[in-house]
Amino acid sequence: MQTYYSDLLVIGAGLAGERVACEAAQNGFKATCLSIVPARRSHSSAAQGGMQAALGNCAKGEGDCTDVHFIDTVKGSDWGCDQEVARLFADAAPIEMRRLAHWGVPWNRVVPGKSFYFKGGEKFEKYEKEENEGLITARSFGGTAKWRTCYTSDGTGHAVMCTMDNRCAQLGIDVFDKKEAISLIHDGDVCMGAVVRCLRTGELEVYLAKATAICTGGFGRIYKATTNAVICDGGGHIIAHDTGLVPLGNPESIQFHPTGIVPTDILVTEGCRGDGGTLLDCNEERFMHIYEPEKAELASRDVVSRRMTEHMRAGKGVKSPYGEHLWLDIRHLGDKHISTKLREVDEICHHFLGVDPRTELIPVRPTQHYTMAGLRTDKDGAVYGLKGLYSAGEAACWDMHGFNRLGGNSLAETVVAGGIIGAKIVEFLEGYETKFDTGCINSAVKKQQQRIHDLMHGRNGKLNVYDVRNEMQDALMKGCFVFRNQQGLEECVETLQGTLKKARKVGLVSDGIGPNHELAAALKLEGQVKLAMCIAQSALMRTESRGSHNREDYPERNDQDWLNRTLAYWREGADMPELSYEDTTPLFELPPGDRGYGGGKIIPADEKYVKERTVKSPVTEIGKKK
Amino acid sequence: MGRQIKFEIFRYNPQRKGDVPHMQTFTLEETQNMTLFIALNRLREEQDPSLIFDFCCRAGICGACAMVINGRPGLACQTKIKDQPSKITLLPLPVYKLVGDLAVDTGVWFREMYAKTESWVHTSKVFDPTKEEERMDNSIAEEIYELERCIECGCCVSACGTARLRDDFLGAAGLNRVARFVVDPRDERTDKDYYEVIGNDQGIFGCMGLLACEDVCPKGLPLQNQLGFLRRKMGITALKDIFKKK
Repeated sequence: MQTYYSDLLVIGAGLAGERVACEAAQNGFKATCLSIVPARRSHSSAAQGGMQAALGNCAKGEGDCTDVHFIDTVKGSDWGCDQEVARLFADAAPIEMRRLAHWGVPWNRVVPGKSFYFKGGEKFEKYEKEENEGLITARSFGGTAKWRTCYTSDGTGHAVMCTMDNRCAQLGIDVFDKKEAISLIHDGDVCMGAVVRCLRTGELEVYLAKATAICTGGFGRIYKATTNAVICDGGGHIIAHDTGLVPLGNPESIQFHPTGIVPTDILVTEGCRGDGGTLLDCNEERFMHIYEPEKAELASRDVVSRRMTEHMRAGKGVKSPYGEHLWLDIRHLGDKHISTKLREVDEICHHFLGVDPRTELIPVRPTQHYTMAGLRTDKDGAVYGLKGLYSAGEAACWDMHGFNRLGGNSLAETVVAGGIIGAKIVEFLEGYETKFDTGCINSAVKKQQQRIHDLMHGRNGKLNVYDVRNEMQDALMKGCFVFRNQQGLEECVETLQGTLKKARKVGLVSDGIGPNHELAAALKLEGQVKLAMCIAQSALMRTESRGSHNREDYPERNDQDWLNRTLAYWREGADMPELSYEDTTPLFELPPGDRGYGGGKIIPADEKYVKERTVKSPVTEIGKKK
Repeated sequence: MGRQIKFEIFRYNPQRKGDVPHMQTFTLEETQNMTLFIALNRLREEQDPSLIFDFCCRAGICGACAMVINGRPGLACQTKIKDQPSKITLLPLPVYKLVGDLAVDTGVWFREMYAKTESWVHTSKVFDPTKEEERMDNSIAEEIYELERCIECGCCVSACGTARLRDDFLGAAGLNRVARFVVDPRDERTDKDYYEVIGNDQGIFGCMGLLACEDVCPKGLPLQNQLGFLRRKMGITALKDIFKKK
């Protein structure tokens, strides 16, 4: 058995993982990154929009500051975030963007003079100042008060990923691809590394480290319809959660997007609707105006997703071999508009559907998009429950997103959190020596060898891996998607209890030799079902609506009872998750209030509770004014 | 009912004792808007779970699913079945080491390329977090980005005559990478420094000008232009060097 040793083992080599590794390597520590795919293929590279940072260089960003970015983030989270973390993030973001520029990111820059931009189909004029020429510019994105999103044309994630990976190469960090961690090695207190399956040979390897960081992104693939890459399957969450010691933070907090194309769920931009595109049902009739007379197709992301789901439930969905969907119609916008303003959409339709949006309808459905849920860490990125274990990026519930993540904040989080948490890991490594318990290592490896052997030889049963996975995905889509209610969630939990039993009885159809995909899927299946159950059970217990978590039977946001964060543990041998709760935030710079869109009643929190935790901050005044 | 599509797929798992490379036939009914991503996943999940292939983003952004589709390197995710004949032959990309069936090892190849070209900004400046960013002209930023759009799918290299003949050839992807740093004002390397890396048969003089790299690039990058640009620049560098010696 090959054994590798380093100071820091990073599982996942997307932007968060590589940023953490860079911080350690810059400070003289040996860092190793593992990735299922070559680092530049990470899902980070798919993010096109940009990264939020209050640089305030461009005309429409004038007057922006970290306080305003902080306010937007807290409001966006529907007061579900940790305000200490949101503050760390907003303050560090501008420095991090400048650092990326120094490392080589070709950020778009301010071009002085007059230019035009579009908002709600209307044309506006703006003037960029001469003295700001060449500074990092920003675009408008999502629910922000100022233009704050730094970008590189239409490929921000890709460009930043290239630079970050270059930086790793420069620092001599070992980035090993086609390696999948299948278990952590720990003694109940301390994490020592991971057992890893090589996806070239199928062989097991051991990676030992003083500190381990899980940066494996989201787990959208446990839903049937998701915009996530196929590698976002929860592998990192599963190995940590499986220890029985590490909780998932806010599992019920999952974001959806209204328009993924069918069948592959690639996202088409909200700009389609913004520019006048309409949604049609199986009779090719508009329906959004029936539910939302004022805003119709222009209602917020979560509202549109909900109405689409509702309409399909009413039997108005279009049947297809891939399940039901609706239509997006942009035919009336005309050739000129489609080939210029919506070029990206045009290309997606052409490349992945073979549809010409000038003459044909685009099949769309609401789709899982982002997991605010994740491995619960403290503000230093240290995962609850195991010493030496860290997490950053979408994999973590560091919790700057709470119950709704703003556009441009996720991509920024990867590098900003990666930098902050990387520095904390360096502090930890500087004062830390350890001994590796060979008994622990051996038993961890043996356990994985046994699991693989049992799966290959059908020792637990012969149920089909993909059938069981489909059952889990269907259950979540049915009972725990954009709409949630008691009955649906109870059914979902019950179904998943059955699915869990089945997941323990799968056996391979193929021989499982070498880089076998069926084995990879089988190894994580039980863990995936557990993640699914954590989502459903937590959603069932949270009897309120907050951000993306929407209960039809409890439409109000209930700060009185639910200003807290769910922690979902899975104890060894258990058949159900164990839920507990902690305060959402240790302090308020911005006391709970209206998030400013989406409507809904709020049941206020206890005044004394809020007052005791509210600290003096410049934000309190700005927040009042807004 | 849709067409019955016949797939001829290359099969070989180097980890399985006694396995020999061979072609295997599968049949699948075409459904609406079907891509090779949908088809291959269905084949694996419904017919043969031992089938090895790579997908990641399935949206033409990451480059993981490059393979030879009916004789031509391309991305499987953006290959629509309706544009293909009813018989589809799938082979792994040549040049790269085979992992199994349709999956190849592009990761190691590209990592070696980064090392060879020292693929990072070479600067003597130190980052100061208290200072404003260094300014840059937006048109230069856009020019750099255009060269950074490469998704490292490997199609250009596997379609390249030179790369098939000599395994140390940097290929269009490698040369494009060098061009990215040549245009970046933050990089302090001189033309002479670059000449050391690419002024040889492994670099710009290895290209036979067959243009296949540009033909198959799924992102439509102007790879031959970049090669021409570098050749001109390196040619001048070489001449300067000759005259200096006199």
